[in-house]
Amino acid sequence: MFLADYIKEVYGAVKSLLTGMKLTGYYFTHHKEIITEEYPNNRATLKLADRFKGEVWMPHDANNEHACTGCSSCEIACPNGSIKIVSMNVINAEGKKKKAIDQHIYRLDMCTMCGLCVEACPTDAIHMRNTFELSVFDRNNLIMRLNKPGSKIREGVE
Amino acid sequence: MLEEIAITEEGDLIINVGPQHPATHGVLHLVLTLNGEIIKKVEPHLGYIHRSIEKMCESLSYRQFIYVTSRMDYLSAHINNHACALIVEKGLNVEVPQRAQYIRVIMDELTRIASHELWWSAMAMDLGAFTPYFLAFREREKINVIMEETCGARLTMNYMVPGGVMTDLHPDFQKNVKAFIVDFKKTLHEYNELVTGNVIFQSRMKGIGYISKEDVISYGCTGPVARASGLRSDIRKIAPYDIYDKVEFDEIIETGGDCFARYQVRIKEMSQSIRIIEQLIDNIPEGDIQAKTKAVLKLPKGEFYQRVETARGELGVYIVSEGAAQPYRIKFRSPGFSNLSALDHMVRGYKIGDFIAAMGTLDLVIPDIDR
Repeated sequence: MFLADYIKEVYGAVKSLLTGMKLTGYYFTHHKEIITEEYPNNRATLKLADRFKGEVWMPHDANNEHACTGCSSCEIACPNGSIKIVSMNVINAEGKKKKAIDQHIYRLDMCTMCGLCVEACPTDAIHMRNTFELSVFDRNNLIMRLNKPGSKIREGVE
Repeated sequence: MLEEIAITEEGDLIINVGPQHPATHGVLHLVLTLNGEIIKKVEPHLGYIHRSIEKMCESLSYRQFIYVTSRMDYLSAHINNHACALIVEKGLNVEVPQRAQYIRVIMDELTRIASHELWWSAMAMDLGAFTPYFLAFREREKINVIMEETCGARLTMNYMVPGGVMTDLHPDFQKNVKAFIVDFKKTLHEYNELVTGNVIFQSRMKGIGYISKEDVISYGCTGPVARASGLRSDIRKIAPYDIYDKVEFDEIIETGGDCFARYQVRIKEMSQSIRIIEQLIDNIPEGDIQAKTKAVLKLPKGEFYQRVETARGELGVYIVSEGAAQPYRIKFRSPGFSNLSALDHMVRGYKIGDFIAAMGTLDLVIPDIDR
C-alpha cells in the first residue's frame, strides 16, 4: 500500500513537471508568438501612442503663431516648478498696453509628465508630445524655450 | 544601522538580506538571526527609499498632490490616485459623473490584473523559475499598451483628478480591452500548468509561512494576505466606493493561511477582476468625464479619511484640513507596511528558502512601505 502511494506520488510529480516543460517547449518552437521588440533596430516602424506624455510643447502654425496668452495658469498648476513664464507688455493697435508672453521656459529635467499644465491651460496652447529619446549630455540643454523666437499670439485668442 | 555578519553569544548567526539583494525586489534591508538554517528572528530596517511624500503633499495643492501618490505603490498607481481623488471629492461634496466612475473602476481592475501578474512573475523568479516572468510580462504589456493609449503613461498615470478623470477614453479602448480579456482567458490556464500544479512549487508553498486569522488581525494585515487566512477584508465589499456596489464579484477567501493560500487568492482575484471589467466595458454611459469644480480647491476645516482596496490591501488616506488650499497634514496608511510587519511572525522556525517564499507571497513594494 505504501509502495502504491509512493509510485502514484512520483507519477504525479513527473507529470506536473512535464506539463510545464511542454508549455515551455511550445513557445520554444512557435516563433510567431514572440512579441519582443528589438529597439533600436525597429526605430523606423516604432510608433508610440498619440497621447504618450513625452514632453510639453507649444504648437505653432505656419505663420509662427501660437495660442499662449502668458496667463501663468500652467506655472501655477505645475507641482514641481518646471515651468516659468516671463511676460512682457506690448502695445496693441489701439495704443493700449497688454500683457503678452515673452518666454515660456520649460525645464524638462524637472518635469514628471503629470499633464496638469495641459489640463490647466485655458487657451489650449500647450500639449504633450509623444517624442522620446530626449537624453542629452548636458543637463542645461534640457531647459527649453517653448515659444519660438519671433512668434506671436494668434489673432482672436483671448 | 548596518550590522556586520556576526555570531552572537548564543551561537546564532546574524546576516543581512538587502538592501541591494535580488530577492527583496527593492531596497529592503532585513536582518536575519539564524540558528543553523532555522530562522529565529527577522528584523526589517526601513528608510532606504524614503522620499517624505507625506510632508511633500503638505506643500502641494489638492490637485497637485495626486501625482506624487503614483510613486508610492507604483504597481497600483491608478488605485492610489483613485483614493486621493475620492477623499477630495468627499471633502468638497462633489458628485462624480457616472461615466467617470465606470472608467475609474475599469482602470482600477486593469491595474490590479497588471499588478498581480507582476507579482506572479516575480514570485516565481524568487523560487528559481525564470520562464513565468516572460509569460506574465507578455500579458502585462497588453495592459500597459491600453494604459499608454488612454492615459499617456505606462506606470505613473496621474489619470484621476478630483471630480472625474483627466481625459476621455481613447476610441479604441473598448475594443482593445475586449481583445485583452479574450487573450487573457485563453492564457490563464498556462499559469496553472507552469507554476500552480508544479510539484516543486507546491512543496515549497504548502504549509509554509503560516499565519492565523487572529494574528492577521493583530498585525493589521489586509488584502490578499488577510483573505488567505480567512479574514473578510475587501474594501470593495465592506465599504464600496464609486460603482463597486453595483458590480457582481466574489471576495476570494481562503482558509489555509500559508503561502499557497496567498498564492491562490491572487490568482483567483485576477479572474474576478476580469469579471468586473466584463460587466462594465459594454455599459459605459455617455456623458461628462469630469464634474465642474472650482479653480482652487479648498477642503473645509476638519478631518477626512478614505480607504480603497489596492492590489496589496487597504490603502487609507487621512487628511487634516485647516481650510487652506493645501492640506495641513496628510497620512497614508499603506498596505505593504502592515503586511511586512507580519513577516517575522510568519517565518520563525522555518528555513531560509521558506523565508524567500513567504516574502514573495507578501507582494511587497518597497516605495509603498517607506513612502
